[in-house]
Amino acid sequence: MLNRDQDILKAAEDWQKAGHGVALATVVETWGSAPRPAGSSLVINDDGTFLGSVSGGCVEGAVVTEALDVIASGKPKMLEFGVADETAWNVGLSCGGTIRVFVEKVGQS
Amino acid sequence: MKLETLKTVNIERAARRPVIVVTDTENGEQRLVKAADISGDPLRAELAKQLRMGKSGTIEAGGKKLFLNVYAPTAKLVIVGAVHISQALAPLARSLDYDVTVVDPRTAFASPERFPDVPLIAEWPDVALPPLNIDHYTAFVALTHDPKIDDPALLHAFARDCFYIGALGSRKTHAKRGERLKEQGATDADIARIHAPIGLAIGAVSPSEIAVSIMAEITAKLRLPTQEKEQAA
Repeated sequence: MLNRDQDILKAAEDWQKAGHGVALATVVETWGSAPRPAGSSLVINDDGTFLGSVSGGCVEGAVVTEALDVIASGKPKMLEFGVADETAWNVGLSCGGTIRVFVEKVGQS
Repeated sequence: MKLETLKTVNIERAARRPVIVVTDTENGEQRLVKAADISGDPLRAELAKQLRMGKSGTIEAGGKKLFLNVYAPTAKLVIVGAVHISQALAPLARSLDYDVTVVDPRTAFASPERFPDVPLIAEWPDVALPPLNIDHYTAFVALTHDPKIDDPALLHAFARDCFYIGALGSRKTHAKRGERLKEQGATDADIARIHAPIGLAIGAVSPSEIAVSIMAEITAKLRLPTQEKEQAA
């Protein structure tokens, strides 16, 4: 009830209407001291512009890169970030938590 | 997410109606459940629980991992009475993420000096309240102690189905208020919805402590299932 950062969904709709490829990245699971709760989301368009957040800024760069792939392929992806994944992703959460982020294209049939 | 789904989510959010998007995170399959349709849904227990908590999360159902993304309206708090308790209540409620509005026709009370950064309406309830679009996701408190202001405000709150209605005053004051409101068309069920004396019984003395007891009672009403709510009351 108390989530205030949902206007990014309006941006997602507007970008899509303006002809952009758009992806939506959403935190779906968290373990430990994750910076943002499940449901937090980031919306990305095909020129790399993004709004919202899925962490405190720690992993957004990597999510945007993956989102551009998802926009191109149309296939959703699950990403996982955390201390154990630093070697795989070269990014991690300094707070020591782990998050899973679902990335999907907006406008997939 | 289908464009149609996104559009529906945005329409429902703009209308302050809750909606939940259910996503199978293995294959991306997705469906949207409006609040009004939860009772007939196979996942009704899980959906109702997540919505009550206002929390998104992943569940397992029928061997599938499903992400339930809850889009619920921001709760509002309407405070009638720009009194000392309200000066403590308004910032406390804002820290709990409520959209707060204070209404009081007495301009000496409803002054920006007394309520910095809080939307203030120095009008009578019949003018101030209708434009606020008070709805089920609104908690409503009447704190002026003045029947000329509190009574019409409470009648408005009944009509708008606020999830919480509270009014300041002792049991004796409240009994008299009940009689007055009934003369103006309120039902016994309406009167029974008023939390009075207002706030959880925590022995609050100062205005700030009374504010804490009011927000605790509002939180209980918002988050607890019905049965536990009655025990806490």
